[in-house]
Amino acid sequence: MSDFAVTRATPESRIAALVALIVVAGLAAAPWWMERNSIRVAGEMLIYVGLASLWNLLAGYGGLVSVGQHAYVGLGAYILFAFGILLGAPPLAVVPVAGVAAAILALPVSMLVFRLRGAYFAIGTWVVAEVFRLTAAQVTVLGGGSGVSLPIAIVRSIGSTREMREFVVYDATLAVTLGIIAGIFFIARSRWGLALQAIRDSEIAAETSGVDVAGAKRLLYVAAAAGAAMLGALISLAKLRITPDSAFSVNDWTAYVIFITVIGGIGRIEGPIVGTILFFVLRETLADLGPFYLIALGAVAVVTMLFAPKGVYGLIAERFHIQLFPIARRVAIGAATKGDAQE
Amino acid sequence: MEWLNAVAQGVLIGGLYALFAAGLSLIFGVMRLVNIAHGDLIVLAAYVVLLIVGVTGLNPLVAIFIAAPVMAAFGYGLQRLLFNRTLGDDILPPLLVSFGLSVILQNILLIAFSADSRKLDAGAIETASWTLAPGLTLGLLPLLMFATALAVIGALQFMFYRTSLGRALRATSDDQEVARLMGYDNRHLYGVAMALSLAVVAVAGAFLAVRANFIPSAGPARLIFGFEAVIIGGLGNLWGTLIGGVILGVAQSLGAMIDPGWQLLAGHLAFLLVLAVRPQGLMPRISA
Amino acid sequence: MPDAPLLQIETLDAFYGSFQALFGVSMTIAAGETIAIIGANSAGKTTLLKSIVGLVRSGSGAIRFKGENLARLETHKIVARGIALSPEGRRLFASLSVEENLRAGGKSKRPGPWTLSAIYALFPVLKQRRNQPAPSLSGGQQQMVAIGRALMANPDLVLIDELSLGLAPIVIRDIYAALPQITRTGTTALIVEQDTGQALAVASRVYCLRGGRVALEGRPADLSRAAISSAYFGD
Repeated sequence: MSDFAVTRATPESRIAALVALIVVAGLAAAPWWMERNSIRVAGEMLIYVGLASLWNLLAGYGGLVSVGQHAYVGLGAYILFAFGILLGAPPLAVVPVAGVAAAILALPVSMLVFRLRGAYFAIGTWVVAEVFRLTAAQVTVLGGGSGVSLPIAIVRSIGSTREMREFVVYDATLAVTLGIIAGIFFIARSRWGLALQAIRDSEIAAETSGVDVAGAKRLLYVAAAAGAAMLGALISLAKLRITPDSAFSVNDWTAYVIFITVIGGIGRIEGPIVGTILFFVLRETLADLGPFYLIALGAVAVVTMLFAPKGVYGLIAERFHIQLFPIARRVAIGAATKGDAQE
Repeated sequence: MEWLNAVAQGVLIGGLYALFAAGLSLIFGVMRLVNIAHGDLIVLAAYVVLLIVGVTGLNPLVAIFIAAPVMAAFGYGLQRLLFNRTLGDDILPPLLVSFGLSVILQNILLIAFSADSRKLDAGAIETASWTLAPGLTLGLLPLLMFATALAVIGALQFMFYRTSLGRALRATSDDQEVARLMGYDNRHLYGVAMALSLAVVAVAGAFLAVRANFIPSAGPARLIFGFEAVIIGGLGNLWGTLIGGVILGVAQSLGAMIDPGWQLLAGHLAFLLVLAVRPQGLMPRISA
Repeated sequence: MPDAPLLQIETLDAFYGSFQALFGVSMTIAAGETIAIIGANSAGKTTLLKSIVGLVRSGSGAIRFKGENLARLETHKIVARGIALSPEGRRLFASLSVEENLRAGGKSKRPGPWTLSAIYALFPVLKQRRNQPAPSLSGGQQQMVAIGRALMANPDLVLIDELSLGLAPIVIRDIYAALPQITRTGTTALIVEQDTGQALAVASRVYCLRGGRVALEGRPADLSRAAISSAYFGD
């Protein structure tokens, strides 16, 4: 019997970890070296990386294709504004509250939408988002259909100058997005992640192997809702004004997110990051072409789905056998070294 | 009486929702495909009717007879060139491709026709009405819509259960591998099914254009109404879809009576209620 | 002796994805013969039939039917040329009635003796149940529908996969009793059969498969029990 060890790290993943550390440090220090406009774009990119990673978690890992996550994005925004306007609460403290509130609401919602499967589940999530939007439009104290702005006092409590406020919101966004990616990374490495993979490969086999399929999916859905709500709260903090249509915009918070993930690569953590970068590059080159931009994006997503379903990163990863986030386990025979991760 | 009137209006609009849903239901029944772009195709049909009316001067409801074959041909091509490539065990491709198509269609229409809202004029029929009793008046157009829904669903049922094409579609839906053993070309049959679906979509689009204003982004709402009608009525049953549409219409109508802003919400809540209490729908034939 | 064989299989390989199921199988079948293919489970019998009709990807090798190589054709085109398959497990169309299933089989509209009334004459019990949904029939009756459905295409070659699967002996006997009426019209039959005794009784020639290869071939009268047993199980 030869020695063997189960490892996860690869040479590429070690390098990537180093690069990631440098990038994160650079992003954290952005307020000191980036110009304000770039910080705004960086903040937007972080939001999309976060939203796309969450959608990827649901669809790529959980097999739950939702086209209604914008329900929770808008919910997060409205919770933040509600706490601010009605209770005068400091906005940054409300961000995690929004996450918790969304998780609580997502539980009964999941019991309804999980009665549907496949594409019907998808449309069901869209209906839920519509219900959230229509309900928000009925809440007159939060501006009803025309929306409301964050009161000056609350705005000032974030920071005394505009610059300061932008930095604070940016840092919070960075923290939340990193938290989301880290969370997904650890889920993927954990037993839960293994269970999700099993469910994705064959639900029936997973069920009979003792995996609580329904429970695992529900947990995923609730976690994704919480994440989306926190991001939604941060989005509203950046804009300082909400309306039902903008907070619950299916284009901004679902269509773009789906396209990013599809083009970047479904089912791998790196996918949403690659996709967001491509998305913003495309946006810069196609400038402000509105509908043309959406057509181009949609067309690229369709073509990608038909001919390269694993997305850009998926193609690269398979072609060069790279895995930047060390998740998959490998057995290394005859090389039992102390200190290597073992499950 | 007011309530009775509201219910009556709701029933009639249910016919339109059933028309929205019939094409969706047909496609799901034959190939288990849910086309997220379905609502946008209805809107596309409305604009096609607009173009036909502009060129020929025909009444929009008469233009259906030109729009339907045009949309059917488009549907056949769409299926064979696009959707046939997505069919298989994985649910992601058809879902994401139809979602992408939805966004593409909306924006092409936006570029071609701008965001101005349009409405087509069907003439006298729009204002004609029939007073059944004091306080209970039925518009002729809604009546025609409901009658058309009945006729379309009846025709589809006849096709499915009494023609060789229907037999071919049902066989392919049951077991597409064995259907090929009989000599059925399932790629062609799927194309025919989509063509039929879009012919129905053309009818729905024409009524949409005549009944109220429409804009390029009106698709998703139509998809949702159609989808809710299908789920309330039960999968795989076209008459169930009609019942589902009626229930949805009545719920919306009653909601509007309480408060105009509640119209859509009431419909959605009725759908969620059915989902909570009887998720398989009222008259299901297939399980999803 | 007829001139060219009806079906000629030449060193056929067949694959499920990257898994190879048939290795260089060769067979010659003349018109009018009744051929039985026997062998243990996963010997490749069903794979062979599926390869002939194009449901399984074939690798190298040829499948010549009336001289034409079917190897790259699509199933619905192969079937139109005069081959019909009654699949393993019957696989009737569940939402269709008995008569609708039979009519579905007649889609190709090839000329020949098999019409609805001819099928009902062959299996009278089906006529009584013609409008019932196919799944409501017993196993034996469903097998009759499956065979009838295949015959409705008036094929030159009918393939019957695992006729006796899941059926009671008396039912199997009854169905096999109808076989001569089928082959009498000149239809060539290729029958995959688990029940070796039954296969040897009806066939003019027998092939035994093992591990995706032809292990034995011959006329029933010429094959000893020992030879068949050793070909079947291998030793």
